[in-house]
Amino acid sequence: MAKILTKQAVVPNIHSMVVEAPAVAAQIQPGQFVIVRADDDGERIPLSVSDWDAAAGTITLIFMEVGGTTGKLAALKAGDDLATVVGPLGIPTEIGDFGTVMCIGGCYGIGSIYPIARALKARGNKVITVMESRSSFLLYWEDRFKKVSDTLIVITRDGTKGYRGHVSRAPEIMKTLGRPVHRIIVNGCTYLLKRASDMSRPYEMKTIVSLNPIMIDGTGMCGVCRVTVGKETKFACVHGPDFDGHLVDWEELLQRRKTYIVEEEIVVTASRCEDHHAAIREQRP
Amino acid sequence: MTEPQKKKLDLNRREMPKQSPEVRRFNFSEVALGYPADMAMAEASRCLQCKKPLCVNNCPVEINIPGFVKLIGEGDFPGAIRVLKEKNLLPAVCGRVCPQEEQCEKTCVLVKKGGQIAIGRLERFAADWEASQGKAAVPDIPPATGRKVAVVGGGPAGLTVAGDLILRGHAVTIFEALHKLGGVLTYGIPEFRLPKAIVGWEVEYLKTLGVELITDYVVGKTRTLADILKEYDAVFIGAGAGLPWFMNIPGENLNGVYSANEYLTRMNLMKGFLFPEYDTPIKRHRKVAVVGGGNVAMDCARTALRLGADSKIIYRRSRQELPARLEEVENAEEEGIVFEFLTLPIRYIGDERGWVRQIEYLKMQLGEPDASGRRSPVPIEGSETLMDVDAVVCAIGNSPNPMIPATTPGLQIGKKGNIVADEATGKTSMDRVWAGGDVVTGAATVILAMGAGRKAARSIHEYLSSLLLPIRFSAFRNGSISSLREAARCRMRSGGRGGRKPAIFCLTLGSARYDTIGRVHESQHIIYGHHGKTAPPKIRVITESGGCCVCRKSGFC
Ligand SMILES: Cc1cc2nc3c(=O)[nH]c(=O)nc-3n(C[C@H](O)[C@H](O)[C@H](O)COP(=O)(O)OP(=O)(O)OC[C@H]3O[C@@H](n4cnc5c(N)ncnc54)[C@H](O)[C@@H]3O)c2cc1C
Ligand SMILES: Cc1cc2nc3c(=O)[nH]c(=O)nc-3n(C[C@H](O)[C@H](O)[C@H](O)COP(=O)(O)OP(=O)(O)OC[C@H]3O[C@@H](n4cnc5c(N)ncnc54)[C@H](O)[C@@H]3O)c2cc1C
Ligand code: SF4
Ligand code: FES
Repeated sequence: MAKILTKQAVVPNIHSMVVEAPAVAAQIQPGQFVIVRADDDGERIPLSVSDWDAAAGTITLIFMEVGGTTGKLAALKAGDDLATVVGPLGIPTEIGDFGTVMCIGGCYGIGSIYPIARALKARGNKVITVMESRSSFLLYWEDRFKKVSDTLIVITRDGTKGYRGHVSRAPEIMKTLGRPVHRIIVNGCTYLLKRASDMSRPYEMKTIVSLNPIMIDGTGMCGVCRVTVGKETKFACVHGPDFDGHLVDWEELLQRRKTYIVEEEIVVTASRCEDHHAAIREQRP
Repeated sequence: MTEPQKKKLDLNRREMPKQSPEVRRFNFSEVALGYPADMAMAEASRCLQCKKPLCVNNCPVEINIPGFVKLIGEGDFPGAIRVLKEKNLLPAVCGRVCPQEEQCEKTCVLVKKGGQIAIGRLERFAADWEASQGKAAVPDIPPATGRKVAVVGGGPAGLTVAGDLILRGHAVTIFEALHKLGGVLTYGIPEFRLPKAIVGWEVEYLKTLGVELITDYVVGKTRTLADILKEYDAVFIGAGAGLPWFMNIPGENLNGVYSANEYLTRMNLMKGFLFPEYDTPIKRHRKVAVVGGGNVAMDCARTALRLGADSKIIYRRSRQELPARLEEVENAEEEGIVFEFLTLPIRYIGDERGWVRQIEYLKMQLGEPDASGRRSPVPIEGSETLMDVDAVVCAIGNSPNPMIPATTPGLQIGKKGNIVADEATGKTSMDRVWAGGDVVTGAATVILAMGAGRKAARSIHEYLSSLLLPIRFSAFRNGSISSLREAARCRMRSGGRGGRKPAIFCLTLGSARYDTIGRVHESQHIIYGHHGKTAPPKIRVITESGGCCVCRKSGFC
């Protein structure tokens, strides 16, 4: 059980939640994640830890409402309990003396890349943060990133802020920086991870991606999170989630993530309709 | 033989009622229904009450089998469960899943005549009788010793260690990675073979005894073992064998190819068979092939069947070599599971959307016996064949989970990734760390894990009682050596002053006062006490709770 201390929508469809989890907060490092269950009947889903306060014993989760479980999470309020918060899981993102590092974050990955940027900066690297979103109204935490980035770049699909388009524009952005980039780290949806890896491949720039396959236990027990990296099968929850984006079998990952697409829809439609009908019934005199 | 031959031999082994195959293949309720009381008593009365019972020799935890069987025969069910629980913390579980045909029932004197006592069914009967009474009898717990033990993993091994040590007065905390205790009993073995309510009941019993249960805690990640050792006097690792094997053949990462662990975890731990009432999704497949021949494979195949699939077992040897319990093989056959023997998958073929559609396999023939004594399968050349499927469950085995080895420098690890531990005591290469169960042996059985837990608990208890316990009362707590001596001196009644010389102290613990002989040990900041009156050679201790840790009486012994 973990108590929710605060919960708010940071932008439409993306929520932040501060949760009491002292054991996790004491150990967590950038790039690690927790497994969460919203309630006792709930599914176990992985969420990256986007910030923490070891002294207060709290962690911050940023999540995008995409289906059943994230929907349940979005419906919870401060004071409610999460049935499970277990972690920190996965291997932390490597924080070395790289020189110049480009941190690319999209949707929930904007949140989860923040502690990575912060740690890289503290280590003495030059940090270039790239935030990607569909539109300017979906950007968040810009003020936080300003403090930990040497350069903050925004790309929006519709061009309402910063560069127009998506991460494939990074090369031309890099040219304007006037300094070489030594490493790229990407967090966010699978398409962003793939596109960023495709973008950097011709330049042979080391690109680390935080993969997000389906998970259950997060401890290496079930094998559902297996991904192929450089022809080898890896369990993302214990060998990752960070991998070299140029070696990942993206086709397979994208397919495997769709395993339950039919069932996921059942959850959303079933629960929504039921709730809706229950609400209507209650309103009747 | 020593058995008395007074009464006429009754060789009629009573069959336990079961759900019929036609009915049970459509539900997840337990297959076996258990003996009614009269049947249990009749079965128990057949026991010859051997003076040298051979059944007990073959029981990994040495249950007093004739003892509890006799009490069932006499209708003294509370007595029977008491005898069982002296040796076995989880009788309701063992009565259901132990391979009795390989253990106690195999060596029962009546086995030669084909009428061995149904020991497992009787064990199950007694445990179920107790559960039906609503409340388990709680034994007396001795006063706290002040020692703390951490148990990593809430499977049968860990639960046994916890149960044994709490009954000796030590404080026990179980750290479990998942959100529920029970290990494989909870996430692996299906509801129709071992109802989760029963596991829950057994875990609840431990809680009643005072074991602290901490779920959602991954040792090695949430906290390292080294850190835990700072807070606890001893640690037991019962982390199980949870790393699933795959065959490393093409197509294994296609959608629809599962490890047995994933398939069973979705079903059992996450209650996937109740989806969408429970959130974790499962697929309703039509043609499922389960690769493997052990209990795990049987469980997967029978689960798939209950979800409406045509369910097949693909095994590379023949029926004779199946490692699963015979009873489960028979159950599976009765339910209509199809067995493809002498078959070895070599490739999974997918469709354009990445879903498995076919298995390519080789036919095998049996060659020479291998190291395990079973005849090893040899592929027949050119026998490649295709089989249509829409799901494959890979149930070919597990090895110990590498999480703790990887995060615990100094812990000796064997070739198979297992933690190396002494067979008799469970001691590992690390000071104050014990291990047992599947994490040491590789995937084995519930009762062997419990047996290993029992041995380790004994060794841990010996270690804890050999320790010279510091007297922990408030004046001394966190005290430096000088303040400790101060406090000791002012309470000293006679004998040497401080230092290493023995002295008689009057100790005040709370409102009680105790006389003891002891000494202040400079380097360890400890006062040792021992039995005052008889002054035995061994130096012993008085603990915070006010008991001598040898005889558990307070004050003078
Ligand atoms: C290491 C890791 C870190 C992640 N961090 C974050 C984060 O910080 N914030 C965030 O919003 N999301 C994060 N995700 C993704 C998040 O886990 C999924 O969005 C979530 O599980 C969706 O669950 P749902 O029931 O709401 O949606 P569903 O409708 O069930 O699923 C939507 C999609 O999410 C994926 N998904 C479903 N179940 C799981 C599961 N058990 N595990 C992983 N993916 C699943 C599937 O591809 C599916 O198509 C992370 C994933 C991983 C592996
Ligand atoms: C499907 C299936 C069917 C079986 N059928 C039978 C049968 O019929 N009869 C029989 O006798 N045996 C059977 N077995 C085998 C039996 O279940 C195991 O041998 C037994 O459970 C081993 O007990 P254990 O305590 O060593 O480990 P487990 O039961 O595996 O428990 C280990 C526990 O430790 C936890 N853990 C692991 N790592 C950590 C960590 N780092 N921190 C905290 N916790 C951790 C795990 O989550 C788990 O709960 C079966 C096994 C399976 C999988
Ligand atoms: S169970 Fe069999 S071996 Fe054991 S005491 Fe009874 S008759 Fe003898
Ligand atoms: S989530 Fe189960 S092995 Fe990775």
